[in-house]
Amino acid sequence: MESLFAFYVVMLAAFAGYEVISRVPTVLHTPLMSGSNFIHGIVVVGAMVVLGQAESTLQLVAGFLAVMMAAANAVGGYIVTERMLEMFRANVDEDEEYSQDS
Amino acid sequence: MNAGMVTAAYIVAAILFILSLAGLSKQESARRGNLCGIAGMTIAIIATILSRDVTNYGVLMIMMLIGGGIGAYLASRVEMTQMPELVAILHSFVGLAAVLVGFASYLDPDLALQGAEHTIHNVEVYLGILIGALTFTGSVIAWGKLNGKIGSAPLMLPNRHLLNLGIGVACLILLFVFLGAGKGFGTFLLVIMTLLAFAFGVHMVMAIGGADMPVVISMLNSYSGWAAAATGFMLSNDLLIITGALVGSSGAILSYIMCRAMNRKFLSVIAGGFGTTDASAAAAGDVEQGEVVPTTADELALQLQDAQSVVIVPGYGMAVAHAQHPVSELTKQLRANGVDVRFAIHPVAGRMPGHMNVLLAEANVPYDIVLEMDEINDDLADTDIVIVIGANDTVNPSALDDPNSPIAGMPVLEVWKAGQVIVSKRGMSTGYAGVDNPLFFHENTRMLFGDAKDSVNDILKAL
Repeated sequence: MESLFAFYVVMLAAFAGYEVISRVPTVLHTPLMSGSNFIHGIVVVGAMVVLGQAESTLQLVAGFLAVMMAAANAVGGYIVTERMLEMFRANVDEDEEYSQDS
Repeated sequence: MNAGMVTAAYIVAAILFILSLAGLSKQESARRGNLCGIAGMTIAIIATILSRDVTNYGVLMIMMLIGGGIGAYLASRVEMTQMPELVAILHSFVGLAAVLVGFASYLDPDLALQGAEHTIHNVEVYLGILIGALTFTGSVIAWGKLNGKIGSAPLMLPNRHLLNLGIGVACLILLFVFLGAGKGFGTFLLVIMTLLAFAFGVHMVMAIGGADMPVVISMLNSYSGWAAAATGFMLSNDLLIITGALVGSSGAILSYIMCRAMNRKFLSVIAGGFGTTDASAAAAGDVEQGEVVPTTADELALQLQDAQSVVIVPGYGMAVAHAQHPVSELTKQLRANGVDVRFAIHPVAGRMPGHMNVLLAEANVPYDIVLEMDEINDDLADTDIVIVIGANDTVNPSALDDPNSPIAGMPVLEVWKAGQVIVSKRGMSTGYAGVDNPLFFHENTRMLFGDAKDSVNDILKAL
C-alpha cells in the first residue's frame, strides 16, 4: 500500500523535524520561521506537476497561480532569511572590533 | 530524466532541507544552512522540470519569474519590524497554492484510480484543500491584524464555539457526501467546503487577541507545513511530504514554546477571546494604585554615568518608535564608559518568536549581550538600572502576585527587583494584552514619558 508507506515518511520526517528544531536557539527563531517559509515553497514542485498534467482551462489557471504563489514563497523566504542572517553575521565582525578596542 | 533519477534528486533535496534547518542551531552555521536550502530547492526544481510530468515550459518559466519577482520585491523591501507581516503573507501564499493544487489534482482526467485508491486520493484532496483554505484566510487576517488594517481586539461572536463546531461537523458530513459523489457534483461540494474553510480561518484568527499573535503566527506556520504535506499525499510526492512534515513540526514546536512562555494552554489560545476579560476591568476599577513619578532624560543620563550595570528590556514599542538604532548607540557609549550593558528578551516580546533578537541584530547590537529571560532574571536584583523601552505586559508584576490577573502565571522579567527601573513610554495606556501594570506605580520606578526614539536621543545628548 503506497499510501501507508507515505505515513511512515510523514512520521519519520516529523520526528526528524522535532529533533532538529528543538536545537534551534531562541535568537534564531525568526530566521527559522522565514527559513521554513522558504523551504515549504517546495510546494512549487507540486504546482509544476499539476500544471504539466493540466488539460482544461480551469486546471491551467489553477496551476499557473499555484506556481506563482509557491515561487513567491520560495524566493521571498530565501531572501529575507539571508538578509537576517547577514545582520547576525555582521555583528560578529563588529563584536571582534569591540574587543580589539578595549 | 526517468522516475528513478527524479526520486534520487528528491532524496538529496530532502536531506539538504533537513540540513538547512539543522544549520540554524548556531549563528555560525546558519548561513551555510540557508545555502543548503537553496541548493536543495534548485535540485528539486531542476529535477521536476526534467521529469516527464512537466510540460508547458514557456508559461511555467514566466509564472515562476513573476512569482519570484513578487517574492523578491516583498522580501528585499520589508523592514525588520514588519517581519511578522511578511511571514504571515507568505503563509497565505502556501495555503492558497495548496488549495489550487488540490483542485487541479481533483480535476485531472488522466488520473484513473479505482476503488480504495480512488477514495484515498479523494480524502487527500479534501483534507489538502481544507487545511490550505483555512491557512490562507487565517494568514490574511493575521497579516491584517499585524499591520493594523484590522483591529487587534478579539472578535467575540455569540456562540462562537458552537459556530466553529458547526463548521467542523459540516465539513465532516460534506466529506462523506463528497466521497460518494461524481466529478461534477464533487467539484461543487469541494467549492462549498472551501468556502466553509475560508470562513473558519477568518473566524478563528479574528477571535484571537493581539497579545497571542506569536502563537498564531507559529500555528499558521505549522498549518502551512501540513498543507504542503497534504499536497504531497495527493500527488504521491515524497519530497513534499517530507518538507511539509518538517515545517509542520517546526511550527508546532514554536507554538508550544510560545504558549509555555505565556503560561497558556494551546487550546485556550486557539479558542480565542484573550485580552478582553472582564476581570482586569473590574479589578482595576477602584483600587488606588499609588503615584507615578516622572523623570527626565537629563536626570537619567546622570544616573547612567554612575551606574555599574544596566539592563535594557525592549518590547515591541521600541520597534514601533524605531528606537533600536539610538538604543544601540546608547549601548555603545555606555559600554565605552565601562558600564556593563545587557539586554533582557522575554520569549514573547515582539510579534513573533525571536523578533526582538532580529531587530537588535539589525541595529548592530552584539548578540552575546542579548540574553533570554531565564538567563538574566536572577541577575536583575543586582542590577543598578533597568530601562524598559516599549515593553509592558512582559514586565508586569501582577502576573506573579495577582491570581485574578488575566496574565496570572505568565513568567515575566522581574525588573522591579533592580535598584531603579526606568520605563520609557508614551503614556499610561495598557499593553497589547489590555492589562494594567502596577510596575508603573512601584516606589523605585520612574517614568520617562514621550516617544521612545526621542527619549533615547535626549539621553544620548545629555551623556
